[in-house]
Amino acid sequence: MKTIFERPDSMTEKVTHYCPGCTHGVAHRLVAEVVDELGIKDRTVGFAPVGCSVLIYEYMDTDYQQAAHGRAPACATGTKRVRPDLMVYTYQGDGDLASIGTAEIIHAANRGEKITVVFINNAIYGMTGGQMAPTTMPGQRTTTSPMGRDTGSVGFPVRVSEMLSTLATPMYVVRASLHSPYNIIQAKKAVRKAFQYQLDGTCFSFVELLSTCPTNWGITPTGSNKWLEENMLPYYPLGVFRTPEDDLK
Amino acid sequence: MLNEVTLAGFGGQGIMTTGKFLAEAALGKDLEVAWVPSYGPEMRGGTAYCTVVVSDRPVGSPIVNNPNIIVAMNRPSYDKFEPMVKSGGLLLINSSLMDVKSDRTDIIQVQIPCNQISIDLSGTGRSANIAVLGALIGASGILPYETIEEVVTRKFAKKPKVLDINLKILRKGYELGVEAAKG
Amino acid sequence: MAKLLMKGAEAIGEAAIRAGCLAYFAYPITPQSEVAEYLAKRLPEVGGTFVQAESEVAASQMVYGAAGAGVRVFTSSSSPGVSLMAEAMSYMSGSELPAVFVNIVRAGPGLGGILPSQSDYNQATRGAGHGDYHFMILAPATVQELVDWMIKAFPLSEKYMNPVMIMGDGLIAQMMEPVDFDSVKAEDIIEVESWATTGAKGRKRNLINSLFLDPLKLEEFNHKLAAKYQRMAEEDVYYEKYLMDDEPALIAVAYGTTARIVKTAIDVLRAEGMKIGLFRPISLFPFPKVELREESAKDHVRGFSVVEMSNGQMLDDVKWATLERKPVGFFSRNGGIVPNPEETIDFLRKEYERTGA
Ligand SMILES: Cc1ncc(C[n+]2csc(CCOP(=O)(O)OP(=O)(O)O)c2C)c(N)n1
Ligand code: SF4
Ligand SMILES: [Mg+2]
Repeated sequence: MKTIFERPDSMTEKVTHYCPGCTHGVAHRLVAEVVDELGIKDRTVGFAPVGCSVLIYEYMDTDYQQAAHGRAPACATGTKRVRPDLMVYTYQGDGDLASIGTAEIIHAANRGEKITVVFINNAIYGMTGGQMAPTTMPGQRTTTSPMGRDTGSVGFPVRVSEMLSTLATPMYVVRASLHSPYNIIQAKKAVRKAFQYQLDGTCFSFVELLSTCPTNWGITPTGSNKWLEENMLPYYPLGVFRTPEDDLK
Repeated sequence: MLNEVTLAGFGGQGIMTTGKFLAEAALGKDLEVAWVPSYGPEMRGGTAYCTVVVSDRPVGSPIVNNPNIIVAMNRPSYDKFEPMVKSGGLLLINSSLMDVKSDRTDIIQVQIPCNQISIDLSGTGRSANIAVLGALIGASGILPYETIEEVVTRKFAKKPKVLDINLKILRKGYELGVEAAKG
Repeated sequence: MAKLLMKGAEAIGEAAIRAGCLAYFAYPITPQSEVAEYLAKRLPEVGGTFVQAESEVAASQMVYGAAGAGVRVFTSSSSPGVSLMAEAMSYMSGSELPAVFVNIVRAGPGLGGILPSQSDYNQATRGAGHGDYHFMILAPATVQELVDWMIKAFPLSEKYMNPVMIMGDGLIAQMMEPVDFDSVKAEDIIEVESWATTGAKGRKRNLINSLFLDPLKLEEFNHKLAAKYQRMAEEDVYYEKYLMDDEPALIAVAYGTTARIVKTAIDVLRAEGMKIGLFRPISLFPFPKVELREESAKDHVRGFSVVEMSNGQMLDDVKWATLERKPVGFFSRNGGIVPNPEETIDFLRKEYERTGA
């Protein structure tokens, strides 16, 4: 019998704790596949966020360090700077990266740290029970925006990829989505490219992955994919925002 | 032996450097030494000062209320520090920039035209801080002249011309210091 | 080696390099920005790493990352910046990582002032961040000691897999004193492959982590930390006794800068025939409790006199250590004012008379 699908070598056998239909597991898998394909398992160090994916180190079979809430880019900077041969990446949610860790991500990007950031934008604080994130959509109901996000009082959702793209430092910035098989394939390419840039020592690389949180959105898994497509895609356009090749032209 | 020397002037007069030269000279004689700068709010208003403690025993308190030697390079420094000179101590006044005389009879005061010495020998007043260093050694005798000369030589080693002039200024300050202390 | 005249802040940087620490992350703050300025020049010369972080939060997290990767690393800051490092301090203690933190204390609270103070004693010794943890806290009093303890701090932090903090103040950081960088011997870093994130080549993966979902495991871990701090108290307590051999009637207790002022004051009072000694804690955590308690039991000791640049933070530890068997007097200057020798002499003289010796 021919094996056509198996667990990436860079993942442990542990079953994830994620809710049904949550795309965190998909994102983990994409990262693990890329680590396998690039043959960098034995020199990869990941940084776990605080958020639903806080236990990512249970699932990824590489060296891993737990970061404090939002600080992963700074921690990763520390590791990468002292051991430049390691492949260092952070995995962060939108509360972690776009709220409490805004300063750390902007400055790591601006310094051009040769790390990779995988950014899970699910428009909500998953772990703490569905509060509003900086990325929550206008009108979206969350436990802390029960009447829907009121842009008049809390502003509009933060587009992190676009924001980072304003920096002059050469970098790779891309937004992909995990709501359909086609998009997942595109997302994988983006992750792979991001790691490749690090492997080549080229630049800071940033992959934003639009994700679902069926549990806190209060929608079924398939409904969530549709909700993402209808509500998030128009506001968070997919595509490559920056490449070092363009930047260095 | 314990000498506590406070050097004060305005920022840019090189007074902190003068203190460092003094400290290095003391170190060269295997003495214990501490160089303590003024920092913080006191630095505002343009006056800067440092204190150099020279001792043959480990330096205890580097904080000195009443130094036995005070150098005042400008008027604000004089006003601030004149009352603080330890009884029996030495007050060295840069007479190029102020025409004052302390009423205190319990201290020795010495007037040295530091800027004038520098101008006479180099054309500018920029080396007034070297002149006062020489004068300080001459008037107080706290260190042999050669140790100071050695430090200055080392500091300007890369600029022979500047060194030459500064050694002359140092010597002139020293001579005036020795004389003034006698008189 | 010949002694060099060096500013405390710069000596911190050079000592770290001599200790074999080639990584430094920091955010500028008076009165110790010269550490960063010095290392920005010096580290590239020796192939080291310096990043000026965007904040103390980030600087300390960079330290956490570098320490996790198993290299010697340190940061330095002053009080308000150290408050921002509380998070990383807690994480590093919880992850059992070695590193050195330097706090050049300035007067607080809030923005406070930039002048010397000892008002971060409680923050340092009790652990600034959350959780049941401590750093080892070392308080040098001269620039030479600053250098010596910097060099010793790294192996100490590795011995316990726990961060060590060097605590000084603006006076030590800003003043120049002669230093000999060879006065203590640097030691090589311990083996790191078994725990550091160096890449899982030919070994099982390593995790740097402080998350325990099982309360029993977390309790067990906290017991382990407690045992570690107990071991510190048994093996690495440091202090100096000054003029305490001739059965002094009064013992002054002071650390860091104030201990120097007290020494000068004691010299003066001794010349007047007063038998006063100084007990100077160098390790503030672990505190030399046993040694002070022994002193408090001696008949000839009639009292203790604490001099501190705070409203009495170490004072509490002295009272606890001595069981208040003898009266504990207290003199303080605060807000950035260093007690001068004259007022310290007055205080100790009154204290001596109070003891009725
Ligand atoms: C300093 C600090 N503040 C708050 C928290 C509580 N907290 C844990 S996770 C989280 C938000 C996580 O949201 P996100 O980053 O979007 O991740 P998700 O769970 O959605 O994947 C918060 C606020 C914390 N752990 N630490
Ligand atoms: S709460 Fe949301 S983000 Fe968290 S595991 Fe469940 S679905 Fe995923
Ligand atoms: Mg989220």
